[in-house]
Amino acid sequence: MNLTLKIWRQKNPNEKGKIVSYPVKDIDGDMSFLEMMDVLNVELIEKGENPVAFDHDCREGICGMCSMYINGEAHGPDRGVTTCQLHMRKFKDGDTIYIEPWRAKAFPIIKDLMVDRSAFDRVMNAGGFVSVNTSGNTIDANATPIPKEDADKAFEAATCIGCGACVASCKNASAMLFVSAKVSQLALLPQGKVEAKERVIKMVNTMDEEGFGNCTNTGACEVECPKGISLENIARMNREYLKAMILK
Amino acid sequence: MSKSALLKSSIAKKYWMALTGLFLCTFLIGHLIGNLQLIFMAGEEGRRAFNVYAYFMAHNPAIKILSYLTYFSILFHTIDGIMLTIKNKKSRPKGYAYNNAAANSSSSSRNMALLGSLILVFIVMHMANFWYKAKIDNSAPFPLHVYELELKQDGKKVRNDQTMYYFTHQPTLQPIPKNRKLVYRDTTNNITDLYIKGTNIKIAEGYKDLHSLVFAFFGQDKSKYGFPKNEQALYFTLFYIISMLVLSFHLWHGFASAFQSLGINHSSYNKLIKSSGKLFAVLIPLGFAIIPLMIFLNQI
Repeated sequence: MNLTLKIWRQKNPNEKGKIVSYPVKDIDGDMSFLEMMDVLNVELIEKGENPVAFDHDCREGICGMCSMYINGEAHGPDRGVTTCQLHMRKFKDGDTIYIEPWRAKAFPIIKDLMVDRSAFDRVMNAGGFVSVNTSGNTIDANATPIPKEDADKAFEAATCIGCGACVASCKNASAMLFVSAKVSQLALLPQGKVEAKERVIKMVNTMDEEGFGNCTNTGACEVECPKGISLENIARMNREYLKAMILK
Repeated sequence: MSKSALLKSSIAKKYWMALTGLFLCTFLIGHLIGNLQLIFMAGEEGRRAFNVYAYFMAHNPAIKILSYLTYFSILFHTIDGIMLTIKNKKSRPKGYAYNNAAANSSSSSRNMALLGSLILVFIVMHMANFWYKAKIDNSAPFPLHVYELELKQDGKKVRNDQTMYYFTHQPTLQPIPKNRKLVYRDTTNNITDLYIKGTNIKIAEGYKDLHSLVFAFFGQDKSKYGFPKNEQALYFTLFYIISMLVLSFHLWHGFASAFQSLGINHSSYNKLIKSSGKLFAVLIPLGFAIIPLMIFLNQI
């Protein structure tokens, strides 16, 4: 199929970018979206032009690196997949496809479609961990009984790959789905409960300081999340935060 | 946890939005039940009932506390909402060239600030139209409502030489001598008392006739309520109905959203919360909208 791509080009963080049109030809429906981008980039390199910079790593839908806003949706029109797992068969011959970077104050653009998501790392550093003594007397995790339901919920929350689609989709560029998934995966387990109060306050404070917006419960994040992280986690974080605020 | 986090943290701001919002939802229920008296009780009896109710609402100390809580909630909900919106706009300085928001969220959920602003405009208009006239403005030509009836005991008329006046703010009857001469005297708290001329005997109390005020506001024939002629009933009625539609969209998202903000999200209750939110969002504004419509169409 032949397509027209309208891609955000921006040389560096300080330069003003713009949308540039590129035609691509003979795209196979079985190609992934990133493979289609590779085809374009090879063409651009052959013409001596600058290839389009975009993030990618595993191309298996589990690393969370790819981050394109395709035709007005994070990771494109398909559900439950990252951009690398989005196939070109989801598009029709002659389509025009808009490709933009994640847009958020907390995710500054590095180049073209690449954004700096280290704000997520700083949120994690603020409390997204369990302090465990590793000096030789660690307890086997399986020795701690955990209700199956809690373990499942913690696992579901832990499937978050930190890609930032929630921030990109949210009309307020809020990071609540990401932060709440990280708060939940720890708060649900006995090992994480010990530091639960401190954790939620520190992570939420860092989230606010990084410039993410507020959650207005539109639910866009849950729909666009490639891992289907549930809004239930945001409610859990709201509860955890309330508990921490009142009891601390 | 510092005290300022109670106001400044993004999550705490949402608690306040939810708490004030849900309180205003309970206010809506009370306000609607009170207002429905306008259309469910016809004639002079309805007028009397509504004015008794209005007097009660304005003078009961418990209601007074609730009314101050309501003013506070409206103000806080507005200011908090503006602060949230400003922060949200700042969080995405540059928007998308192409955004397909309809694919992942409802339009009412994305436009709460706009809907809320429109509701605020309505509240200001509504308070100017009724609250200000009822509570502050004394210059409007307010016909005094005095409910006159004959006193009957065991189905028999009690003495013919007495005419009874009804105290509109308390359900008792006061006898008036046959050769009564009444004077109206304005007192300090917006109540016009009726006294027998030349004496200090109070025989009835009247006050602003809010029932007539409402009917004159939305009704096409205002002259019978003692108000100056006003051709704008159609515009007022339309404005009120459209405002209720806006309120409906605001509640469509807001009601269930408040529970989520407070952390109330459980698979056993989510359906109940969501469907009662939608039912609430339809029924309450509909109930409010029917009142001006029926008065305008002269159906009461």
